[in-house]
Amino acid sequence: MRLEPVADPGLVRLIGLPVLALAATVGVASVLAMLAGANPLAVLGLIVQGAAGSKFAALETLNRATPLIFTGLAVAVAFRAKLWNIGAEAQLYAGALMTVVIGTQLGLPGMLALPLMAGAAILTGGLVLLGPVLLKVRLGVDEVVTTLLFNFIMLLFVSMLLEGVLKDPMGMGWPKSPALPRDARLPRIVEGLRLHWGFGLALISAVLVWVIQVKTTLGYEIRAVGQNPQAARFAGIPVGRVMVKTALLSGGLAAMAGFSEVAGLKGSLTLDLSPGFGYTGIVVAMLALLHPLGVVLSAIFVAGVFVGANSMSRAAEVPTYIADISVATALLFMVLAILLTRFRVVRG
Amino acid sequence: MTGREVVLRLEGITKRFGKLTANDAIGFALHRGEVLALLGENGAGKTTLMNILFGHYTADSGTVEVFGKMLPPGAPGAALAAGVGMVHQHFTLAGNLTVLENILLGTRPLFGPGLGRAEARARVERLSRDFGLAVHADAKVKTLSVGERQRVEILKALYREARILILDEPTAVLTPQESEALFATLKRAVAQGLSIIFISHKLHEVMAVSDRVVVLRHGKVAGEVATAQTDRHLLAELMVGAEVALPHPAPGIAGATLMELRDVSTPAEGNRSGLCRVSLALRAGQITGLAGVSGNGQGALADLVSGLIAPESGALLVGGAEVSGWSPRAALAAGVGRIPEDRHATGSIADFTLTENAVLEGYAQAPFSRRGWIDWRRARAHAEAIIAKYDVRCPGPEARIRLLSGGNMQKLILGRALEATPRIILANQPVRGLDIGALTYVQERLIAARDAGAAVLLISEDLDEIRVLSDVIHVISAGRLSPPFARGSKTPAELGVWMAGQGFADAA
Repeated sequence: MRLEPVADPGLVRLIGLPVLALAATVGVASVLAMLAGANPLAVLGLIVQGAAGSKFAALETLNRATPLIFTGLAVAVAFRAKLWNIGAEAQLYAGALMTVVIGTQLGLPGMLALPLMAGAAILTGGLVLLGPVLLKVRLGVDEVVTTLLFNFIMLLFVSMLLEGVLKDPMGMGWPKSPALPRDARLPRIVEGLRLHWGFGLALISAVLVWVIQVKTTLGYEIRAVGQNPQAARFAGIPVGRVMVKTALLSGGLAAMAGFSEVAGLKGSLTLDLSPGFGYTGIVVAMLALLHPLGVVLSAIFVAGVFVGANSMSRAAEVPTYIADISVATALLFMVLAILLTRFRVVRG
Repeated sequence: MTGREVVLRLEGITKRFGKLTANDAIGFALHRGEVLALLGENGAGKTTLMNILFGHYTADSGTVEVFGKMLPPGAPGAALAAGVGMVHQHFTLAGNLTVLENILLGTRPLFGPGLGRAEARARVERLSRDFGLAVHADAKVKTLSVGERQRVEILKALYREARILILDEPTAVLTPQESEALFATLKRAVAQGLSIIFISHKLHEVMAVSDRVVVLRHGKVAGEVATAQTDRHLLAELMVGAEVALPHPAPGIAGATLMELRDVSTPAEGNRSGLCRVSLALRAGQITGLAGVSGNGQGALADLVSGLIAPESGALLVGGAEVSGWSPRAALAAGVGRIPEDRHATGSIADFTLTENAVLEGYAQAPFSRRGWIDWRRARAHAEAIIAKYDVRCPGPEARIRLLSGGNMQKLILGRALEATPRIILANQPVRGLDIGALTYVQERLIAARDAGAAVLLISEDLDEIRVLSDVIHVISAGRLSPPFARGSKTPAELGVWMAGQGFADAA
């Protein structure tokens, strides 16, 4: 068995294969539901209902999708340049940290505080990624290792601050930062509904990233460096500088996830702010084929599966790990589908 | 010849890749004790055919018969076991092992007691004596010259009792003198009953070494002739299917010096030579040819001119002024047009469209971008202009460049460089691997640019190409540059002496 490249995949393959991948994912989830002793159709129905069955459910899904859009964009931007940023989690916490520090320590009015919080978060997130990238550009240190390890450093650093200088005196001993004042929080998009403006910012960011990628010289440089650094260097593209710009953009986007979670949803910083949004961002970006607008859709899909599975497990007593497995299998099947649009399997 | 035993027979070999038929019902026979040349342009199907013979590909139809037995299709190893040995263009040797270890590699465990190394050594030494393949069995391969490494590859095949030897473009990396030595070895080998397939696209070599010639064109056998009954002209016609008219340019009129190297040295990189106190003047209206065996400093000189590296010592002058902050962008700004050696890895981005590739060097400036915003309409118009003017055959400016043939890709790169009206042109192996049509086109464009007043530096491993096109020839060897030789003042053999490193002031 060998793979032969397909010159022109055709519309049937391009659309059919991803649909097939989704169907296969549903199939695997059904088998798991049966193994757990439940009716698979009922389980699927409950997941869909839990994710999108009511206004409340749908908004919950969009809320959950918000940080995933940001981390997904962060990963997509970096991966385009073949900069393997596995550290979106660290950049997220760096952004959350700056948000809380500025929002609670300076006592600024909301109109001033919010932009400053976001700006400081973006800058810090970018700087967190800048270190590993400079090590890569200057010394050839593998950024997969450094960005991954930075996640643990950052989490421990935040933990230290939450047990120390940033600990809320009113927190009854819990490792938690003081809460942001009312006016330093992101408002709801529609009064009375739980969806906050972080989601709006995420959509705007996705469009901005898309515009950067297709319309600007920076986007062109990022793609050129990612596809063929040797040709990019020969053509006079400053590869190192492009990597640095990519790092600032990617780290800043991941930090926005932290800003939006703290200022839009939680109001304060705790160590369980992110259940791995930084890592799930990799899945989101890969499912979207690194396309910034696709990231929005895939983030909503992944968030829906998690939110839906959560509510399903309460109703049908099927464990929630079915969500983790479904997202993972969706990714595997999608990667396979993408491979099969570009290659065909030939015997012999 | 016909009375002799047939050792290898290919019959009706057909292989298709999608719409492309790489091999179309190819058949020929190899007799015991003959050198059969397989002649054809790049892309004629030689490599595909050999891959089928060795079981790397499975033919859609057709059979391979070795010593009267069918080879099972798609089974690499079967050919080896049947006594077919191959010497690839790119050697497959481990540099940190000795010659003997390389030859034994894969035939038995390398280390451990009682493995009969003494016996193996005796056999290797006997083979090397019998076939005139002088190499020292205990030398580390990394210390050997390219010619010696090739001998090790041949010894390796002989040690495995190959009775049929296939050599894929064996002279591409050799000096004329080393090629002569190789031909002598091949003659001794056939005298001892071996049979050899010699793959090449160089006519004079085929004439010198072979007994019979099979010519491939567009995947078909275009002709099969006894070498004694043909000549270079006839073979060339068979190979390209038409009368060949290579450009024979009138001499250029030399003008001012546009770029000058004064005593420039650059460090070596890996097994690539650096430059060693090179002085060179590139003058307007002249093609300066650089001859030499690959890896002797051509890469460093090309990188220097194109801006990828700066001199470690010495000076680089453009338009009479010493450059500072030399970089690819600085080179472009100074009016250097670059045609890189490797159009796939360096000259283009495979998954970018023709439009995106057309502005690869100019995207950062007006008219293609303003304040960081790219004007794709203008970029596209630029690509369309290149496509039309340079006859790039393609589905359109929005097609990915990976879909193009090498010749059309090269035309786009050529157009990209020339449309910026460069004063200095670096053409590094500009026609390697191109078919005859694209080849003459690219050469004519370079001559036209020269006549328009550009200074052209032509780097090539093909001595004929250098001799025909250049107004001035330098030979590079181990990073040192020979004095300039005027057009026609040196024979290939005389240049070969310089290529081998003799003639330099510091040569022993």
